[in-house]
Amino acid sequence: MATLTTPAPEAQVKDVRRRRRPSLGKIAGWAVLISLIVVTIFPFYWMLRTALSTNAALFTDTSSLGPVGFSWEGFRRALGLATVEESLADGGSGASLNLVQNLINSVIVATTVTVVQTLASAMAAYAFTRLQWRGRDTLFKIFIVGLMVPLIFTLIPNFVLMRELGLIDTLAGIALPTLFISPFAVFFLRQFFMGISVEIEEAAQIDGAGRLRRMFQVILPQAAPALITLAIITYIAAWNDYLWPLMVSNSESSRVLTVALGVFRSQATDGTMDWAGLMAATLIAALPMLLLFLVFAKRIVNNIGFNGIK
Amino acid sequence: MTDTMEAPARRAAVEDEGASPRRFRLPHLSHRRGDLIAALFFVAPATLGLAVFLVWPTLRGIYFSFTDYNVFTPAQWVGLDNYVRMVQDPEFWHSMWVTVQYVLVNIGVQTVLAVLLAVLMHRLTRSVFVRSVMLTPFLVSNVVVGLVWLWILDYQLGIGNKFLEWIGIGRVFFWGDDKLVIPTLALITVWKFLGYTALLIFAGLQTIPEQLYEAGRLDGASEGRMFRSITLPLLRPYLAMVVILSIIGSFQVFDLVSVTTGGGPVNASQVIQMEIYKAAFGRFEFGYASAMSVALMLVLLVITFLQYRLSRAGSSDLA
Repeated sequence: MATLTTPAPEAQVKDVRRRRRPSLGKIAGWAVLISLIVVTIFPFYWMLRTALSTNAALFTDTSSLGPVGFSWEGFRRALGLATVEESLADGGSGASLNLVQNLINSVIVATTVTVVQTLASAMAAYAFTRLQWRGRDTLFKIFIVGLMVPLIFTLIPNFVLMRELGLIDTLAGIALPTLFISPFAVFFLRQFFMGISVEIEEAAQIDGAGRLRRMFQVILPQAAPALITLAIITYIAAWNDYLWPLMVSNSESSRVLTVALGVFRSQATDGTMDWAGLMAATLIAALPMLLLFLVFAKRIVNNIGFNGIK
Repeated sequence: MTDTMEAPARRAAVEDEGASPRRFRLPHLSHRRGDLIAALFFVAPATLGLAVFLVWPTLRGIYFSFTDYNVFTPAQWVGLDNYVRMVQDPEFWHSMWVTVQYVLVNIGVQTVLAVLLAVLMHRLTRSVFVRSVMLTPFLVSNVVVGLVWLWILDYQLGIGNKFLEWIGIGRVFFWGDDKLVIPTLALITVWKFLGYTALLIFAGLQTIPEQLYEAGRLDGASEGRMFRSITLPLLRPYLAMVVILSIIGSFQVFDLVSVTTGGGPVNASQVIQMEIYKAAFGRFEFGYASAMSVALMLVLLVITFLQYRLSRAGSSDLA
């Protein structure tokens, strides 16, 4: 058997060399990849490590890799559970942070925007793909042009509009500009709806299903993957938005998490930064997105590409 | 949720039954007027949103740029005054220049690293886990990213500076040095977007037929040679798209600067959006802020136009 299957000596040598040569490159490749992964993850770990430390210990021990002077006080301060005296004693600025309220505000804004915007976009996409009406292509072209306007340009005029509507410092004012419209979402869903076959919808129509029913019970279930992906992207964007809520809100009642973090940071002058409290707060702000990602990672990762998710 | 979705659907189903007899063709196959009313109903929310919160503000923003406007009293038409002031305003040009520097450092470093990472993820491991981990920073807000790096790179207490001291480079005044602050902000942006950009490039890599690499290997080509002769040329259109998307995004930088330096030291990191924000909300010069906004929009539109051209070129390239 050995004589039959063993290749000629020269061939064997060649084979070994060929296998060994890329393996060196492979080691280098893995080294680069692993260092990139470490650099990517480390700040998240550092957030946690700092949040679980006390400010006093952070000043004296800057390089221990684990939490120093282990304590939950950072989280208690961030959630507004600590009194001002406790906060000052622990090296906090004494500034109050009421992340629970901010968290609720963020959830309300992000959820409302995601649900309404996805629904409105799906309806529009349905009309653009499945209904035949005069002006359809013209209106769609206007949507495409809308896609080209940088959202940042609309902020100042939209602020003026919210002021005129008396919606400054309200959650409604924060949600409204993106509530019904994302040209991108309409465009993205339209592309997806175009790929759904007409036959099933035709069968549903023969069974007497009206347009709304056809959209909800025939098209949307088939478009579920695209809808979920879009909803996740919308939720993340709404959750992380900073400049617009910063413009609109000017009191605790309408403050979302990102703005609250910015305010908390600016309350401290550089020498007296409450790092433990601040890192606890950033962790609380980031956690919902990280959990969302944990659940949907595979879907998100596989959906990022040139099919239009941006 | 199901209830609210089904209720109108059921009602509409009933109405539809009454209004029109069963048809055996889809409406879009047979033109009929009835579709217009249904279509208007379907597009109404999105179209209203588009008109009120996107088209109208865009037109209004352009109008404001020709006025003297402080929000409290009605806008006064001043013609080109704001634009004349803008082109003579050294602060405006400074902030544009600072933004361009930020964009250049960010895009340069990010693109090189992202191509490297994408190739590694493509040639070394297709693990979803690795790709997910690399994408994590993309999911958290710029505010969170800014604050974490503010802490890591803190001159006195930051672990980053501790590390630099330990490897012998010594502490670096990342936030206080007017030469370093823009590269620092740009590299933090690289940290946030690297995984995302790499995933876009990875998607481009997946369109390259595997047989090309097999053929290359048969001919004894090294990985490096295959990268130069197969990967790079075929990736070019995707790369162009990715670069332009990143440029458009990074011209609008604000959050990161706002929570870390606030534009400082002095105004070394005063990016254009920061300048606009301060003009509007710091000095209540909404007219002037709008003029600078128009300038920024024009820059972005030119880049978007380039992207449009490239994306068309790109698709025909690969077809």
